[in-house]
Amino acid sequence: MSSHDENGIPFTTPRQSATFTSDINSDIRRAAATGIYDIRGGGAKRKVPNFDDLLFMGASISRYPLEGYREKCETSVTIGGLHASNPIELDIPITIAGMSFGALSGPAKEALGRGASAAGTSTTTGDGGMTQEERGHSSKLVYQYLPSRYGMNPDDIRKADAIEIVVGQGAKPGGGGMLLGQKISDRVAEMRNLPKGIDQRSACRHPDWTGPDDLEIKILELREITGWKVPIYVKVAGARPYYDVTLAVKAGADAVVLDGMQGGTAATQDVFIEHVGQPTLAIIRPAVQALQDLGMHRKVQLILSGGIRSGADVAKAMALGADAVAIGSAALIALGDNDPKWESEYNKLGSTAGAYDDWHEGKDPAGITTQDPELMKRFDPIEGGRRLRNYLKVMTLEAQTIARACGKNHMHNLEPEDLVALTMEAAAMAQVPLSGTNWWPGKSGSNF
Amino acid sequence: MQTFDLEAQGLRELNSTLHAQVDETNQTSWEITNPKGSHAIAVGLDAPIEVNIKGSTGYYCGGMNKQATINVSGSAGPGTAENMMSGKIVIDGDASQYAGATGHGGLLVIKGNASSRCGISMKGINIVVHGNIGHMSAFMAQSGNLVVCGDAGDALGDSCYEARLFVRGSVKSLGADCEEKEMRPEHIKILKELLAEADSDAKPEEFKRYGSARNLYNFDVDNATAY
Repeated sequence: MSSHDENGIPFTTPRQSATFTSDINSDIRRAAATGIYDIRGGGAKRKVPNFDDLLFMGASISRYPLEGYREKCETSVTIGGLHASNPIELDIPITIAGMSFGALSGPAKEALGRGASAAGTSTTTGDGGMTQEERGHSSKLVYQYLPSRYGMNPDDIRKADAIEIVVGQGAKPGGGGMLLGQKISDRVAEMRNLPKGIDQRSACRHPDWTGPDDLEIKILELREITGWKVPIYVKVAGARPYYDVTLAVKAGADAVVLDGMQGGTAATQDVFIEHVGQPTLAIIRPAVQALQDLGMHRKVQLILSGGIRSGADVAKAMALGADAVAIGSAALIALGDNDPKWESEYNKLGSTAGAYDDWHEGKDPAGITTQDPELMKRFDPIEGGRRLRNYLKVMTLEAQTIARACGKNHMHNLEPEDLVALTMEAAAMAQVPLSGTNWWPGKSGSNF
Repeated sequence: MQTFDLEAQGLRELNSTLHAQVDETNQTSWEITNPKGSHAIAVGLDAPIEVNIKGSTGYYCGGMNKQATINVSGSAGPGTAENMMSGKIVIDGDASQYAGATGHGGLLVIKGNASSRCGISMKGINIVVHGNIGHMSAFMAQSGNLVVCGDAGDALGDSCYEARLFVRGSVKSLGADCEEKEMRPEHIKILKELLAEADSDAKPEEFKRYGSARNLYNFDVDNATAY
């Protein structure tokens, strides 16, 4: 590039706009070319305050640690003991979040069941109803009760170990779903009672109830149908966590699943994913506060999801008051989603390993988020299940390592006092001190 | 005939007693007294029994019903027969919102009027309303038949899929992607059978048929103003 013009006058250095970035410009060009907003899978990709902005302090003179691999650090959690006669007993506090058959292939659902069962935890159905693969391979299966009610029937509901009434999803609070025609195979179409090949919309709100008073009656109906045996969870997006958790408990939920904006979805508008909802880190404390104000913390379990990746994330979520966490995107990566070994194929789809998110198009090179029989052959559910089990075990060991270092003999004994924040934002959201201080923004009694 | 006093014996006892009935039960006829608008009456039944409810019911009466015949000698609250799989539910009076929501099968008969969102997201159920229905009925209706002997409110069949909507009276307005369709002999046949089963003396020839124009089945930006 020339530095001067023909008269010897220097050019100014070309300057890229911080407002019109290359990403933004490509969005504008894509919109101008197609006339349709961008639809993609996954959760928020923008940088938001997250668990990486927190640190554990570890033991010291005033706190003594537990011996790694020797002294016990319990990880079990019971979910749903408040109203259900058969609560769910999990060996580890990490569950598999709801993902639909339709969005995922049958073998991928089977692998989730295999991996979760081997690790002693639960998996969850999704918008496509319950499949044999999943029920058969899941020792504990949570059945989602969604606005679309695709495949909903009393026989499956009675086969479930828990019911999760889905009100919202972190990736799209207030939004429904979309399964594009490419993924509506004969089997998916039959389970959803829709014509093959159409774009299938999942409703954004339930067809037969609105508001917390109705929800209470809906929960009553589901309990009557299932004989008050299984726990009923209510899943909400990280929209207004204090009030949503309060209302869910008031309506009679046994557990609340709270999903932050980093939580994935099979397919939604990019504008929805990136601009609606709150970061996972920001929603925990208000939710826990709601439970504490009602005297229900640890009685109604709080299951947190949205961008949980490691045992450190698990430990931090639990220290802030969650009873358990759920993983979706991370589980798919464990199965082989976005693996660099498919790089050349991701390139052909205009993407790269790690960034591929057009799962709704049904062309997933890893054969996980597709209904294409040829692509599905690439995925081995037994191997996938083994990988997921390994990953869950590693996360658990990591979380235990941290808990022991903090002197805790049960994961649930982790507490906010064990944490400090690296940034002002994280300190404010998590309500733990900024590292090196005894202060966080909004702390009562402070001078700020 | 078995008689069950709901007020005295309670909802849990009622539903667990009815759930205990199996296909070969000889207790095939039940009378429920004192329903008094209670919610979740006779939900999740799965036996070929007849349940006669002597009065009005609250939310979700007959929810997820299979096989059973449920007669309500009063009016029904919201979501009656929601997600019904099979069997028959007859409401002598009126039905509130979302009657027959997401129903997969069976027949729901409402002898009075039905409120808004009747047959919302229906997935194979047949619904016959002797009177009128409210706005947004058959919203996103997937399959099955909705028969209205009276008039339909605003936005009938909005965003519906393959459900058939038959209306004898006026339709205040059609929803997005819903249009009047040709009434062919097979539709007359369906109507005749449903009207007979629903104890209606309306004539099939008096009805018009509505259904999806199928223009919104695959997203097209030029249809954006239709939503």
